[in-house]
Amino acid sequence: MTLLEVKDLDVSFETHDGEVHAVSKLSFSIDAGDALAIVGESGCGKTQSMMAVMGLLTENGKASGQALFKGKDLLQMNVADLNKRRGKEIAMIFQDSMTSLNPYLRIEKQMIEVLMHHQGLDKAEARGHAIEMLRAVRIADPERRIRQYPHEYSGGMRQRVMVAMGLLCQPDLLIADEPTTALDVTVQAQISRLMTELRAKSNTAIILITHNLGVVAGLCDRVLVMYAGQAVECGTVEQIFYQARHPYTRGLLKSVLRLDQPGDTGLEAIPGNPPSLLSLPAGCRFRERCPQAHDACCEMPPMRRDEQGHTWRCFLDQVDE
Amino acid sequence: MNDRVLRVQDLAVHFKLREGLFFKARTYTLKAVNGVSFELNAGETLGIVGETGCGKSTLARAILGLIKPSRGRVLWLGEDLGKLDEEALRKKREDLQIIFQDPLAALDPRMTVRDIIAEPLWTFYPRIARVQVDERVRGMMKMVGLLPNQVNRYPHEFSLGQCQRIGIARALVLNPKLVVCDEPVSALDVSIQAQIINLLKDLQKMLNLSLVFIAHDLSVVRHISDRVMVMYLGRAMEISTQKALYRRPLHPYTSALIKAVPVPDPRLARIASDTGLTGDMPSPLDPPAGCVFHGRCPYVVKRCELEVPALRRMENGDWVACHRAEELDLTIGKSST
Amino acid sequence: MTKSTDNSSFDPFEAALGVRDLKGRSPWEDAWYRLLKNRAAVCSAFIMGGMILLVLVGPMVISWESDFTDWDFTSSPPSFSSGHWFGTDAVGRDILVRTLEGGRISLLVGLVATLVSLIIGVSYGAIAGYFGGTADRIMMQVVDIIYALPFLFFVILLMVVFGRHIVLIFVAIGAVNWLDMARIVRGQTLSIKNMEFIEAARACGVTPWNIIRRHIIPNLMGVVIIYVTLTIPQVILIESFLSFLGLGVQEPMSSWGALVSDGAQDMESAPWTLIVPAVFLTVTLYCFNYIGDGLRDALDPKDRL
Repeated sequence: MTLLEVKDLDVSFETHDGEVHAVSKLSFSIDAGDALAIVGESGCGKTQSMMAVMGLLTENGKASGQALFKGKDLLQMNVADLNKRRGKEIAMIFQDSMTSLNPYLRIEKQMIEVLMHHQGLDKAEARGHAIEMLRAVRIADPERRIRQYPHEYSGGMRQRVMVAMGLLCQPDLLIADEPTTALDVTVQAQISRLMTELRAKSNTAIILITHNLGVVAGLCDRVLVMYAGQAVECGTVEQIFYQARHPYTRGLLKSVLRLDQPGDTGLEAIPGNPPSLLSLPAGCRFRERCPQAHDACCEMPPMRRDEQGHTWRCFLDQVDE
Repeated sequence: MNDRVLRVQDLAVHFKLREGLFFKARTYTLKAVNGVSFELNAGETLGIVGETGCGKSTLARAILGLIKPSRGRVLWLGEDLGKLDEEALRKKREDLQIIFQDPLAALDPRMTVRDIIAEPLWTFYPRIARVQVDERVRGMMKMVGLLPNQVNRYPHEFSLGQCQRIGIARALVLNPKLVVCDEPVSALDVSIQAQIINLLKDLQKMLNLSLVFIAHDLSVVRHISDRVMVMYLGRAMEISTQKALYRRPLHPYTSALIKAVPVPDPRLARIASDTGLTGDMPSPLDPPAGCVFHGRCPYVVKRCELEVPALRRMENGDWVACHRAEELDLTIGKSST
Repeated sequence: MTKSTDNSSFDPFEAALGVRDLKGRSPWEDAWYRLLKNRAAVCSAFIMGGMILLVLVGPMVISWESDFTDWDFTSSPPSFSSGHWFGTDAVGRDILVRTLEGGRISLLVGLVATLVSLIIGVSYGAIAGYFGGTADRIMMQVVDIIYALPFLFFVILLMVVFGRHIVLIFVAIGAVNWLDMARIVRGQTLSIKNMEFIEAARACGVTPWNIIRRHIIPNLMGVVIIYVTLTIPQVILIESFLSFLGLGVQEPMSSWGALVSDGAQDMESAPWTLIVPAVFLTVTLYCFNYIGDGLRDALDPKDRL
């Protein structure tokens, strides 16, 4: 069953430098229980597209298109209806756990708030639930810890609390925006493992926004690659990692720092920088940095599709063995 | 390549913290760096890896004299930096430079790129002519991959990757001999990380620099280091050559770090092994007795809780601080015993 | 773009090397544009500009002298026929001219005293903040001690010792205002001191004085400017207060405070003698406050560190 279907999403922001086109005609879908990674670099629009879906854009942003969650368009909803779903059916966790948690409130209060609001539990029940959740994310001694403040937790623990809060109401969809980027490697591994387990237990669909391909390989089933506001490739993990067709994806895979390659092999970096979102070039946005660009690329390539459902936005066919 | 340029001996940096008021006040000692020793040769790169709280950033600053060590010595070209007075130390900065983790914060937001890169020149050559400064600044910008016509721009007009290039240009403008890179790519996107690492490698070869490259992730230092030092809670756990470390680490913590790095390969990732670590990292305010790692080590024995293992030399020339180093075989790919 | 399929031979970098230098956009420019969007601030700036022009040029243009006593029209209300558009006071002096000349004094005091407190306060605060330790503690103790002295007592003391001179007003007010500026600058210095680019400067061997001069002070300027625009009205008010108490400027010189004081005495019979200077004073204070608010919004915390 399709849980979330995004169709032709456009997000732009009014700034005093002009209009920034953060996301252009983005379309994808995710089924119940699926894990989709949205991969791309800073400025590619991955965070803003999800903020638009959740209705969290800043004042100067506007979104158009459709974001059908269980058939209803989130972009057309008013705040009251959105609030019924946010936290309960769709949850989002952010990168910086220190700023996502209120430093003046105890963890207990912040967790209970969500439960009491959405599930109408009373304080005692909510507390019990919250403690169970903390236990599930492996916070030691949760009965004592829950009474503490965010600053008394380490970065890794805070992030685990964020994951716990996201899953409190057992949402159908969890959107995680770079949840492990700011964390140490060993903590990253813990959280990745945690999310896999929790997902298996409650069949929550996950949209993982990240630029860390290692985490994607371990956690996700499908991958959507974005560049300069557009989707440039989408497919299963195997398709993307072993049969990448878009030159950007291939470049990204080649430039990733890997542990399993000997150290003396040179790193192949993609030269240049992404285009400015204020003045996007006509035609393919990756053209300037593409080792295989040719004249036809002055036109915007269409999104192509093969029989296995692998889609990519390029005129070329690029098949790798 | 065998001329030793830097020698750090038993370096320690302790911070005293006070908590509470008046009579209830207690002083804690934060042992950020607790006895680190290593050597560096000309033209060599030493990678220093460790997680949050291991003291690597503090170590970086102590090496450069930006923080006063509580114990130990730093010998640069044979000279003890700790014995120099303020002015003499300041003069040494021409040779000892640093690149920071946050590329944008390391640049004064109200100065142009030209001024930022030129500042070291003004500091050490106050009588230098404008024209010469301009020439050198543009030359540096080209060398790090920035267009010279951007000289009049301000840091916030650049991307993070470009800001880091500006930082590198500033660090290299005086032709230093040692550059400490404090997590220079942690804040950058994946494909930009590769660009910057390649740039540093090229510059190192071109200028015969000695580098100390600090990171929290073993995959980052792999491509640039000749040797790697792994730190945990203020101490060095292992110092090995790059090839040896990634094939057969000597210390259980190194092995855990290697296993923790997510491999960007779906088939391998599915059978990824557990890091083997238990629990959370202890606080540097209250490090455990004996081996600082014993609380989380999957190979711990009684001796580890009581005795601090010294950093000792193994047969192949690498160093490790572990009581069981000889018996453990931590070759990557072999399942743990 | 060339037709070649191999992009690596075309180096956009090489091609751009010959191009002219680009102009940068400093954080100050960004702040300026933001300020210009703030209508209240821009209006206030225009009004203040007009005010300053008026007080400078007005008395020279108006036909009445400020000390000319027009015996035909003592205490007369504002009217066009009498030639006194804003009326006259008890001895027949034209209120408008008096107010404008008084404005000169008030604004001058505001500017000069603020300048004094700026120079002393910024240097003192930056040095105390940057060097820290015992020097900082001692310097701030001095500030605390002076702060504790009763201001009025201090002013009266100065008056008694040195006599009543206009310069004394500047000194007295400046001597007290720099304390606030020093505290604020010290606080800002403390937070800037820990920024990475300061560490970078130290790592490049820049001397402490050059760090303060080149890095700390320019990055303080945002806060200092805001504080200055809010200090000026404060100083004008203090001067008015002193004059109101009779401790301020001596006759025949006048300031808005003195005029308000005089006007208050004739409030019932000749209200315009109070209202006119009071309105000028109030408008000035409001304008500076709006400009200060506008600056605070324009100097974005993101820019300001």
